[in-house]
Amino acid sequence: MSKVLVVTSGKGGVGKTTTTAALGAALAQRGDKVVVVDFDVGLRNLDLVMGAERRVVFDLINVVQGVAKLPQALIRDKRLENLWLLPASQTRDKDALTEEGVGKVIAELRSRFDWVICDSPAGIERGASMAMRFADEAVIVTNPEVSSVRDSDRIIGMLDSKTVRAEKGERVEKHILITRYDPSRAARGEMLTIDDILEILATPLLGIIPESQDVLKASNVGTPVTLSNADGAPARAYMDAAKRLCGENVTMHVPAERRGLMDRLLRRRAA
Amino acid sequence: MSMGLLRLLRGKKASAPVARERLQILLAHERGMRGQPDLLGVLREEILAVVSKHVMLDPTKVIVRLERGDEVSTLEVDIEVPNDFERKKVAVA
Repeated sequence: MSKVLVVTSGKGGVGKTTTTAALGAALAQRGDKVVVVDFDVGLRNLDLVMGAERRVVFDLINVVQGVAKLPQALIRDKRLENLWLLPASQTRDKDALTEEGVGKVIAELRSRFDWVICDSPAGIERGASMAMRFADEAVIVTNPEVSSVRDSDRIIGMLDSKTVRAEKGERVEKHILITRYDPSRAARGEMLTIDDILEILATPLLGIIPESQDVLKASNVGTPVTLSNADGAPARAYMDAAKRLCGENVTMHVPAERRGLMDRLLRRRAA
Repeated sequence: MSMGLLRLLRGKKASAPVARERLQILLAHERGMRGQPDLLGVLREEILAVVSKHVMLDPTKVIVRLERGDEVSTLEVDIEVPNDFERKKVAVA
């Protein structure tokens, strides 16, 4: 079994790269052989979030153009021996991503890995459409906020029409991953609820990642959040999401406000 | 504590339901338009073609606006026509 998974969103800054790193590490921690592929040509960041920025020699475009062989470009993670990275190029030439070239690279990755996780750039241009083109499954990263939900809807439309699977009359299995969820704002009615988002997008939920300092700390030090603070709420939510991707049935936890009695009393007074 | 009760206590109006409603209306429309040709673009081109058969006009001085309402929508086409357009047309003919 080998699966190509695209992590996409339309909107920028919602947590695609964090999610790619975290899900990649989580699946590798479970024992699967995983490669994470950065499709953000010109603005690569997955190498940085994975802590491999000083080890990049060749990149995806080099492999697509035949300048380098795939094994030369793959970077093995220093913490997890079955996790690998294929970085994007810093060259600004997005047109270098030809469909034929990307197809060949993906096919070769499929033969070597259990999971090929493609980190899509923001937007709906060439990089984003190439990242989703050969996907079997998609994780649509969505923030509980109107512009993010609108862009997710647009991306869902593309997944249903512009992928190889869609063109063959098959379907790309889609999952919504809600990130930056803030329980206290949700309780105050300031943020779209989980139910609102799922109803609007009519797509099943893979997980809810709470807004947390852990995520920023993890990218600061270049470690996927599932490794940097494995007991933290975001790490546990990502581990659960990885289990669901593997077909396990895991109860969904909606992050709740956790406040002590004193805290609550003080907050009430202040409000 | 339930969302409604909390809101009642604080006497504030929640903005999330507004967001939800706006999104539902917008997405219902956008899903319908998907895969369709750009209607506004086509209208602009065709209206321009008709008008320029009779009047000399500057394509950059044509503004097309669309306002979507609940019941009806309006398409507004604003064409700036030079005052001496008739003379020019005659001169050409």
